[in-house]
Amino acid sequence: MSGIERVLELILYGILSGGVYGLLAMGLSLQYGVCRVLNITHGEFVMLGAMLTFTISSTFNINPLLTAAIVGPLLFAIGFLLQATLFRGLKARTPSPPVFEGSALLVAFGLMYIIQYAAVMNWSAQQQPSVYLSYRVLFLGMNIPLNELVAFAIAVALGVAVYLFLARSRLGRAIRATAEDPATASLMGVNTNMVLALCFGLGALLAGVAGTLVSIKVQARTGIGFSNTVIALIVVTLGGLGSVPGSFVAGILIGIVSQLVIGLWEPILAMPVYYVILMVLLLVRPAGLLGKK
Amino acid sequence: MDITGFISKHRKLLLAGFLVLILIAIATLPLYGRTYDVRLMISILAYVAMAISWAMFSGVTGYMSLAPAAFLGVGIYAVALLQRELPFPVIIVIGGLMAFGLAILVGLVTLRLKGIYFAIFTFGLVVLMARVIEYLEAMLFNLHSRHILSVGTANSLYMMLGLAVVTVLSVYFIKRSRYGLALLSIGGNEEAAAHMGVNTTRVKVLLFAVSAIFMGAAGAIMAPTLIYINPGNAFGLVYSFMPILMAVFGGMGQLYGPVIGAVAFGYIEEWLRKELGGSFMLAFGIILILVIVFLPNGIVGLVPMVRSKLGWVIQKLRKGGQAEQHANA
Repeated sequence: MSGIERVLELILYGILSGGVYGLLAMGLSLQYGVCRVLNITHGEFVMLGAMLTFTISSTFNINPLLTAAIVGPLLFAIGFLLQATLFRGLKARTPSPPVFEGSALLVAFGLMYIIQYAAVMNWSAQQQPSVYLSYRVLFLGMNIPLNELVAFAIAVALGVAVYLFLARSRLGRAIRATAEDPATASLMGVNTNMVLALCFGLGALLAGVAGTLVSIKVQARTGIGFSNTVIALIVVTLGGLGSVPGSFVAGILIGIVSQLVIGLWEPILAMPVYYVILMVLLLVRPAGLLGKK
Repeated sequence: MDITGFISKHRKLLLAGFLVLILIAIATLPLYGRTYDVRLMISILAYVAMAISWAMFSGVTGYMSLAPAAFLGVGIYAVALLQRELPFPVIIVIGGLMAFGLAILVGLVTLRLKGIYFAIFTFGLVVLMARVIEYLEAMLFNLHSRHILSVGTANSLYMMLGLAVVTVLSVYFIKRSRYGLALLSIGGNEEAAAHMGVNTTRVKVLLFAVSAIFMGAAGAIMAPTLIYINPGNAFGLVYSFMPILMAVFGGMGQLYGPVIGAVAFGYIEEWLRKELGGSFMLAFGIILILVIVFLPNGIVGLVPMVRSKLGWVIQKLRKGGQAEQHANA
């Protein structure tokens, strides 16, 4: 295979894997943009999604992709309850929004260790043979594993659905109003506590489905959470905090970069390269690619 | 002679005497304690230095640094690289300065922006540093781990004790300096501070970097007790988590809050590790969350709260008594 073909193939792989990055960044973006919780345990939800997908699909012999219909709502419920109890209670006890943001961050830090611990106890640190649909099909003249294509298609479809939900539906408008100005939104009759809980739950759901998609591509294990959190944070910042389309664009950008670095250079350096990109962006355009100032 | 009068008259003197006694007890630990106790004390003192320097910046400003371990790891690797070339005290200083440099870089990129970017950037910093060092070690030296020569457990203890004392004193004086007050005003209201003529970015970057010096130095002193190091154990995430937990638990409003937290959790960590193995992190995660939700000012913040509650109860009892008298009359 010639050099240029190799690069094109890596770029295509990058775009395909970027869909999942976009999805998980979108969830984080919702949680931070609306609930003001920088959820640094987001990647652990991805891990939970991946592990649950494998466990459920192998125990009950269900198609892993259909398990998303169980895993998603399950994680939605966890996220909903976390916001409705823990973060709501914390908000009532903190004197100002910046203090809440700092405290919520530390609470998420603690949650990360709790989830990590529970997962390792339950599943041990071993890899699970969760890969599904790994045979290759011809796509754009290249042999691409089918699971990459399926994961990308589902990620994009879900991303578009969430975008339309936020942009067009009545509830979506309430969510955007709450993100903009919670006090006024609540005066206009929006049940802001409900909206916040819904958003946090939705973020967790997106992370869970991203986890399902991750698990059909690579072997699931309990250690994948942290790196997914870091990727989600970087993608969200690149795309502009709170911007849903920005998350997707940045997700695809990071996907391409990661494939090129891993394929042509050195896998260990993938994360340092993300960091260099993040640094350059923060110096040049802190609001993110598609973010508003 | 009246004892309570004597105590209230010479309170400062007694406190100083008490502190000197504690310092002497720690310094003479190698004479009567087991090696195990000495090692435990070294790690507690390292936590004291890290928790207090974390609280000095993040506790005051609300800019949450999630990467104390990154600076600790830099100090550890300074020893690994230079131990055979330079005398040890020089390496401690170099380790601190390397952490200072890294913090300046991180601060310049993120601290002119909102606090959230700082948290995002520092969150992955520990892993970033581990990967970069892993790559450089493999490329330049074809190494995966390194052996660090011991400097003697007792010497490590003396140096760590020295560092803890220096850190406490430095933080005490920094808090009272122009820069400390400027940092406090930034924590109160950053915009107002900027309008009052505080160069907010410079103050934040500088003091963040100063707080990193102590963490880097702690890493350098700790390195010989680890014996074998690799990027994985030198940049352990738990070294980020513990100082934060300790500072939050102790309470960041007072200088001694993080010290109390560090001593308490240093012991609890060791005990739980022995009892539960790896699962002690579960307990700590829960404690961190409970403390943030229910005790935002830490256990030190509990003292005035209890005092005011008690005062309120006493007042109510008195009033109740008066009301009763009125009713009787």
